[in-house]
Amino acid sequence: MDLSSAQVIGAGLAAIGVGAAATGVGNVFGSFLEGALRNPSAADGQQGRLFIGFAAAELLGLIAFAVAMIILYAPPAA
Amino acid sequence: MAEKGKIDPMHQFEVQPIIEGFELFGQQINFTNSALWMFVVLGLIYLFMMGGMKRELVPGRWQIMVEGVVGFVDNIIATSIGPAGKKYTPWVFTLFMFILFANLLGMMPLGIIPGIHPFTVTSQFTVTGILAIISFSIVLIVGFWKHKLKFFSLFVPHGTPLPMIPLIFMVELLSFMVRPFSLALRLFVAMIAGHILIKVFANFVIQAIDAGGASILVAILSIIFIAFVSALELLVCAIQAYVFALLTSLYINDAENLH
Repeated sequence: MDLSSAQVIGAGLAAIGVGAAATGVGNVFGSFLEGALRNPSAADGQQGRLFIGFAAAELLGLIAFAVAMIILYAPPAA
Repeated sequence: MAEKGKIDPMHQFEVQPIIEGFELFGQQINFTNSALWMFVVLGLIYLFMMGGMKRELVPGRWQIMVEGVVGFVDNIIATSIGPAGKKYTPWVFTLFMFILFANLLGMMPLGIIPGIHPFTVTSQFTVTGILAIISFSIVLIVGFWKHKLKFFSLFVPHGTPLPMIPLIFMVELLSFMVRPFSLALRLFVAMIAGHILIKVFANFVIQAIDAGGASILVAILSIIFIAFVSALELLVCAIQAYVFALLTSLYINDAENLH
């Protein structure tokens, strides 16, 4: 296998992490909604924590994306 | 990577000099498109704030808008730092406004006007990195100024068993040192990812129209998809600005109140 096709395959593999992060972000908002519907009066006070959780889950997906981009656009090693 | 005749989705992030500058310590200092768009963001923020700071007794729409934003940032700080956080409002507000305006300006379809090449300032790691480093320095300076060497107790949570302290200390120190990187990386990658996605699908539209025939359907589907992704990106723009301001105030809270 030549190097450039290996590069593209590697970038595709790295992109799997983005899908995993999608599960995480969905879990954050889903769980928040589940709790918020049980006790709507307490939901507004927890919005800050919701977005902290969202940010933490999202970051890992974004790192996977960054790795994919680095692999894809890296100059082919000599 | 990009072959000739195709759209290179990374081209939009290239920093190009507009006015040739001078040389300083072996580095070429130019006025770039990045700097130009930062000035545009600054001008927009200035116009927005000046429009609402007339201190009318009966506030108009504009003043309500500005008051809303100020109140929003004030609220973030009040809930995460408490009354001692009042003095950090200028920095957190600056962060929030700059990131929000830069993100939104990057999403505006200004490219349809010939000769204007919009540039998302926050899609550069240098810009977001500097913002994160300033936030991190505020945390360090305030922390060591207020608590002297007691600031290191931030890395040892209450009630840690004695044998665990060295391990916990190292882990907490690591997670503390990673903060500026995660802060900068989140904003930068979120912006880059959205813009690349939109450009890639724009590429599909052009290629499908070039191919002609039934592939026009692909073009229509892609345009619909771009519309939805753009809406999502506008949401992400606001969320990223909010998250950056929120995390900055949380980190400052660590330094100010030392758990």
